[in-house]
Amino acid sequence: MAVENAALKPTLLDLYRTMTRIRTFEETAHKEFLKGKMPGFLHLYSGQEAIAAGVMSVLQPDDYISSHHRGHGHLIAKGADTGRMFAELFGRVDGFCRGKGGSMHIADSSLNILGANGVVGACVHIGTGAAFACKHKHRGRVSVIFLGDAATNRGTFHEALNLAAIWDLPAVYVVENNLYGVANCQRDYMKVEVAGRAAGYGFPGVTVDGNDVAAVREAAGQAVARARAGQGPTLLDCRTWRHWGHFIGDAAAYRDPEEHKAWLKRDPLILAADLLRSEKWATQADLDRIQAEAEEEMLAALDFGKNSPLPGKEELYTHVYTG
Amino acid sequence: MANITMNYAEAVADALKLEMRRDPDVYVYGEDVGKFGGSFGVTGYGVFEEFPDRVLDTPISETAIVGTAVGAAAAGMRPCVEILFMDFLPIAMDELCNQAAKFHYMFGGQMKCPMVVRTALGAGMGAAAHHSQSLEAMLCHIPGLKTVIPATPYDAKGLLISSIRDDNPVAFLEHKMLYSLKGEVPEGDYTVPIGKADLKREGTDVTLVCYSSMVHRCLEAADGLEKDGVHAEVLDLRTLIPMDKDAILNSLAKTHRLVIVHEACLTGGFGGEIAAIAAGEGFDLLDAPIVRVAGPDTPVPFSPALEAEFLVNAPRIIAAVRGLLG
Ligand SMILES: Cc1ncc(C[n+]2csc(CCOP(=O)(O)OP(=O)(O)O)c2C)c(N)n1
Ligand SMILES: [Mg+2]
Repeated sequence: MAVENAALKPTLLDLYRTMTRIRTFEETAHKEFLKGKMPGFLHLYSGQEAIAAGVMSVLQPDDYISSHHRGHGHLIAKGADTGRMFAELFGRVDGFCRGKGGSMHIADSSLNILGANGVVGACVHIGTGAAFACKHKHRGRVSVIFLGDAATNRGTFHEALNLAAIWDLPAVYVVENNLYGVANCQRDYMKVEVAGRAAGYGFPGVTVDGNDVAAVREAAGQAVARARAGQGPTLLDCRTWRHWGHFIGDAAAYRDPEEHKAWLKRDPLILAADLLRSEKWATQADLDRIQAEAEEEMLAALDFGKNSPLPGKEELYTHVYTG
Repeated sequence: MANITMNYAEAVADALKLEMRRDPDVYVYGEDVGKFGGSFGVTGYGVFEEFPDRVLDTPISETAIVGTAVGAAAAGMRPCVEILFMDFLPIAMDELCNQAAKFHYMFGGQMKCPMVVRTALGAGMGAAAHHSQSLEAMLCHIPGLKTVIPATPYDAKGLLISSIRDDNPVAFLEHKMLYSLKGEVPEGDYTVPIGKADLKREGTDVTLVCYSSMVHRCLEAADGLEKDGVHAEVLDLRTLIPMDKDAILNSLAKTHRLVIVHEACLTGGFGGEIAAIAAGEGFDLLDAPIVRVAGPDTPVPFSPALEAEFLVNAPRIIAAVRGLLG
């Protein structure tokens, strides 16, 4: 793990806390889903926490982010309330989308989150549009686009990246490269590395250890600085691994169990905890406390979400048009 | 021919296998249709196993899936491609609308596009706004494209075989809530003709015109109405384009009352087309205003409380019929 100086100490502990909160949220949701309490599909972020935590740690509150179907971690890292998140997952009226969106469309617009999205690759255009707005209206802000590796095969990815390049847009494309689409391994659907795709559009593509939160923070910091300085977009190819199947219910039988085991050893939480302890920046007791706090938070959040009322039938008809 | 009991997904798979055996130009491709067996499990019923070289996984590239099918079909093949959710079909709308559907016409009959796009439509899984739509009306507005929408395993198999053999591009719409529906299906080769409706239940008091999952809701409603002494006729269109106008008009000649039922949103829905045919060509047959029972003009919401409100069900159909009969 690349650690430059002790200035990382307070930051790393914060990042560890964010990652722990994301993991605990996902584990809590997982359990509820298996009890049959949650409708729809749930794509868990477990295993990819270092990316959301690391990238968001270099953003300002009014920077934009766009997300995809695996989006819970992005909300938590940007500061969304976990109680309202659970309410959304249960389809309740206190959810950010009043229960109309669910996990795949979860969004808190007050944090300039332009939404999780059910259509793979849609976020690339949306986030590039937000980068356009940052350049022309909200000077100094940046737009970060989170997408999966398999989403880089959508036409939207290629059209948007080219546009962002020729217009020097303040966009950062963060590919959460977990090496799989649904069941297809990356080597079966692309012949190049994700990072290499940026060269085709004329801007930097950087490969990052996506399970090393300090490395993600470092790379994201540089990319965001470039964007803010008007030097155009960057693509980050963050290598990672989802701990579960594509969604809950997918056993991920298509993955090599040995590879899975090896990746679990590189769990981003374990890596960060190891560093915190070895640098003596935190004791095991500190880490345990962070875990306990996260568990307490998620219990309360779950309770809030579950007890929020279902939307009334009239809600079906509202928000089709505005004004 | 002996019958076997199989579900709708298996029936679709059976059609694919039979046609792939019969015609080496039939290829299947789409996202995760290979070893994984398809996200709804269709190609997992032995299609990939039997034809590993002709059932191909694609990247997440809907535009390319439909667009290359156009070119492959024009160059002599018979691709039967899959778009996982119908909500993603608009991603490939240039390819379907401007290319596939127009090839034969705009080149003055020189070329043809014998291709099938299979896709899953419909709500009911808590899958929310991007994975639940019924967009069939959008397709019916494109001359040159046929739109097929079976409600039973029997029709799914017979109509898919017909669709693959058809020399025109065909959109083949499978309702995701029907995949596990079981039914009797003849073993081996048979076809169900494109453009022929199926009279699912005879009646004298009212005609329920429907398709896809709503056929089952209408049959439930007809059972309910029977208890009140109302004999409802249930007509499953099975194909929207071409539409079996005669079947609609023949039924109206018997019942003189029309209720149209679809899951899709009301406004601009295919029900309007059916109503226009009935009003224009069956005016003298009608004893009452035409009624449409359809989804509301909203996106499909996530919350189960709201999705249930969105979906047309038997009680709503019964209420509409009662309202009509007074
Ligand atoms: C346009 C579109 N095509 C297909 C799908 C179905 N689908 C949902 S997620 C997914 C795989 C996405 O893989 P990736 O982008 O790598 O993200 P990951 O799930 O690995 O986080 C697919 C094919 C979709 N939602 N949208
Ligand atoms: Mg992936």
